[in-house]
Amino acid sequence: MKPVTKMTVVNKPLRKIDSSALSQGKKLYTGDLAPEHSLYVKMLWSPHAHANIKKIDISKAEKMPGVKLVLYHENVPRIPHCTAGQGYPEPSPYDTFMFDKKVRFVGDRVAAVVAETPDQAEEAIKAIEVEYEILKPVFTYDEALADNAPIIHDEPEAFVPIPIPYEPKKNIVAKVGMKAGDFEKGMKEADFTFDELYETPYAQHCPIEGYISWAQIDPYGRIFITTSTQVPFHTRRIVARTLGIPVQKIRVIKPRIGGGFGCKQEMLLEDIVAIAAYRLNKPVLWALTRDEVFRSGRTRHPMRLRIRYGLKKDGTITAIGLDIINNTGAYGGHGLTVMSCAGSKVLPLYHVNNIHFNAISIYTNLPVGGAYRGFGATQAYFPVETMIDVMADKIGMDPMEFRKKNHIRSGEGHPAFEALGEGKPGTPMTIGSCALAECIDKGAKEIDWSKRLPHTEKTSRFRRGIGMSIHMQGSSVPEIDMGSASIKMNDDGSFNLLVGATDLGTGSDTVLAQIAAEELGTTLDKFIVYSSDTDMTPFDVGAYASSTTYLSGEAVRKTAEKVRQQILKVGQEILQKQGFSKKIEELDLHDAHVISLDGSCKVAFGDIANYSLYENNQFQIGAIESHITHKSPPPFTAHFVELEVDIETGHVKVLKYVAAVDCGTAINPQLCEGQTEGGLLNGISYALTEEYRFDEEGKMTNANFMTYNIFSMRDKPEIKTILVPSYEETGPFGAKSVSEVCINGGMPAIANAIYNATGARLKKAPFTQERVWRAIQEVKK
Amino acid sequence: MTTRKISFTLNGEHKEFDVLPNERLLSLLRRNGFKGTKYGCLEGACGTCTVILDGKAVNSCLVFAFQVNGRSVQTVESLGIGEKLHEIQEALVSEGAVQCGYCTPGIVLSAKAMFDENPTPTVDEIKVQIDGNLCRCTGYEKILVAIDKVSKSHNQGGK
Repeated sequence: MKPVTKMTVVNKPLRKIDSSALSQGKKLYTGDLAPEHSLYVKMLWSPHAHANIKKIDISKAEKMPGVKLVLYHENVPRIPHCTAGQGYPEPSPYDTFMFDKKVRFVGDRVAAVVAETPDQAEEAIKAIEVEYEILKPVFTYDEALADNAPIIHDEPEAFVPIPIPYEPKKNIVAKVGMKAGDFEKGMKEADFTFDELYETPYAQHCPIEGYISWAQIDPYGRIFITTSTQVPFHTRRIVARTLGIPVQKIRVIKPRIGGGFGCKQEMLLEDIVAIAAYRLNKPVLWALTRDEVFRSGRTRHPMRLRIRYGLKKDGTITAIGLDIINNTGAYGGHGLTVMSCAGSKVLPLYHVNNIHFNAISIYTNLPVGGAYRGFGATQAYFPVETMIDVMADKIGMDPMEFRKKNHIRSGEGHPAFEALGEGKPGTPMTIGSCALAECIDKGAKEIDWSKRLPHTEKTSRFRRGIGMSIHMQGSSVPEIDMGSASIKMNDDGSFNLLVGATDLGTGSDTVLAQIAAEELGTTLDKFIVYSSDTDMTPFDVGAYASSTTYLSGEAVRKTAEKVRQQILKVGQEILQKQGFSKKIEELDLHDAHVISLDGSCKVAFGDIANYSLYENNQFQIGAIESHITHKSPPPFTAHFVELEVDIETGHVKVLKYVAAVDCGTAINPQLCEGQTEGGLLNGISYALTEEYRFDEEGKMTNANFMTYNIFSMRDKPEIKTILVPSYEETGPFGAKSVSEVCINGGMPAIANAIYNATGARLKKAPFTQERVWRAIQEVKK
Repeated sequence: MTTRKISFTLNGEHKEFDVLPNERLLSLLRRNGFKGTKYGCLEGACGTCTVILDGKAVNSCLVFAFQVNGRSVQTVESLGIGEKLHEIQEALVSEGAVQCGYCTPGIVLSAKAMFDENPTPTVDEIKVQIDGNLCRCTGYEKILVAIDKVSKSHNQGGK
């Protein structure tokens, strides 16, 4: 393998292959591609958090102008399924029906109208008469777990397809836990012990393109679904199950996607457009409004986290206890896995021998938790990385030095890797590449950590503080997730690269083509990339678990390696005819040619393709390969923030944010920076402003961009991204993942910086002006 | 509802359309094939559907179609025809400021309206102008760098 520095395509900040067309506003997204005469879906959503539907009368709605179809629980298949897009069988309850006779949160499905125009559908929705039997709702962790709590999933059909702890009669979706060493003993050995409660809010991904899908029936009677999804293959499987039809009947096409961040790792609209298109034999389009995206889309699970630590005076951590209650809302699709990751992506970061981890996922009558960038780790890092500062403070050690003393390093393993999997044990792993120490040093230098003063030395109204946090994540779900690719060579030496992998705006089509181009000794512009079409491309689990570069990227590299061998062989044959007798080992691919290493002869890819297609011993140069991973190598990052707190008002202004990232080899450094910057700003926004607010009936009261505030350009601090290279032996050209890890820093790094500015500790997020002000008042007492 | 005929200048060409009284400019554009104007929130909060109306960047979801009668509208379809990108698009693409790209046409037009009035805005002026265009992918860093690059190129006599 040649060193990264000698590579010509990999590790280069090449232009994202779709970006020119996207900047021109070309017709590339789901909504742009819908047929003009599509019918429109509107949903009647539940106004109640918990109710039985006693009666629905659709007769008036059916007669309204333009109405073609009304769907509700009495006229669709009743098949329990799980909407979360995961490997099959899922470690999740099948607790969802296309429509049910019970509603479980404000925003749950009641009935759908399909009409000629959206306005007609909207009018018809108002004409549906529903009689509800209101049930007592469950909103809080304590209400859900109380004796005699209302049972949210009392339907007999709900089940789990693999044996995981599922106790719907107790509102328990899943339990995950692990022990290592002796936690109690570790606490007893400590000089200091800590026991604190932290809480994180509901949040939404807010992709600028919301949920949207459309379906049409092809001339042979199959259902073609075009949809904004991160998981086309899972969606095909889940829609087939939900409709009770074979997978073969369905084609799912993912065009360009306007962002996902996890919320589109879900089958959310596709069953409705599919069944409506099938019944009406017409194209049917459904796009959620922003209000609907907030209320009925997927969210980041809120968690209540109890954290306990034992600490010695010398800075040795003797025990960690993490007890999590995870609110998965009305349906439990990601209820188990998100807790596993809260443990497996967080606990290994520090050396601690005595570990207690116990997580429980509960149903409530609130919006549904889903996959969200960071996936449980983001929530767990808030208490863990805040407490690291608290502990360092207790023993008078610099929190950066405390982290350096205790963090995981290359060659080390952790019991959590083995204990915590996806509904089964995980995969044992030792850390390969790890440049975390260098990330800390470089980040500290950039933020000028040495100028950081303790809060006790600050007296002015506007107080500056510096905080930090460190993080790891994973790269793919080992032994479960699979990605595959196919490559074929065309007449002119260009290549088709077909991947199941799903580019949802990340640039993965570009990254995967860079990997193929590097392996094949040609340039990025020679690749025609087509991704995520269940009829055309090979399988891939989709875009989640930080898997695309590491998992699908290696599938692409292996495919290219096979094609490389074929090209070399044909090249050898041509050169032989030209009088150059060379062994394969004496040849290489370079600059779109087969070249001899001694420089004596070469043949161009175009000639090789023509020869193989038209001249002699004809065959299609091409290959298909698959890849699964045996480990999930963590990317690492160190985050540093400088901010200013107005202690009179509690207002926090983030001034500068530094992220030093070890993602292995950055296949495309510019895109890695982009992933980092987008992730970290989302993390800052989550820390400071983003939360769902609910009224007493469980209805979200801020379901719009005016009152659910995501950061805009003026909110953005100065951002500095530092890519710190390492080489992950198991990844394509040394690469690991990058997308998720950088969302984890905002909450703890900012909490630590607020403390450094004011002496106030924030344990409940987001850190709104009011919460910060109140915390400052507590310190003043 | 009855339709009414309106006419306006769209990307420099005189156009006539039948519009419904409650139709938004965004809907009128999209149903007539101008899909470069994307749909984000329909409440004027995200800037995805930005177009230039009589020289000002506006959210086309908050403009009734009939309101543009007799006026001039510019959409992204008028910029960067074929292979040749407009300088704003070129800067966004080369700086890596296009991730999912869904907010990009709106940002291009917000920036265009700004540059038409002031070819050399400061970083703070750029931040104010683009503040109404939400992006969830990039963290805005590369967008700011790209637009600032265009401004600096004007300052050096680029335009």
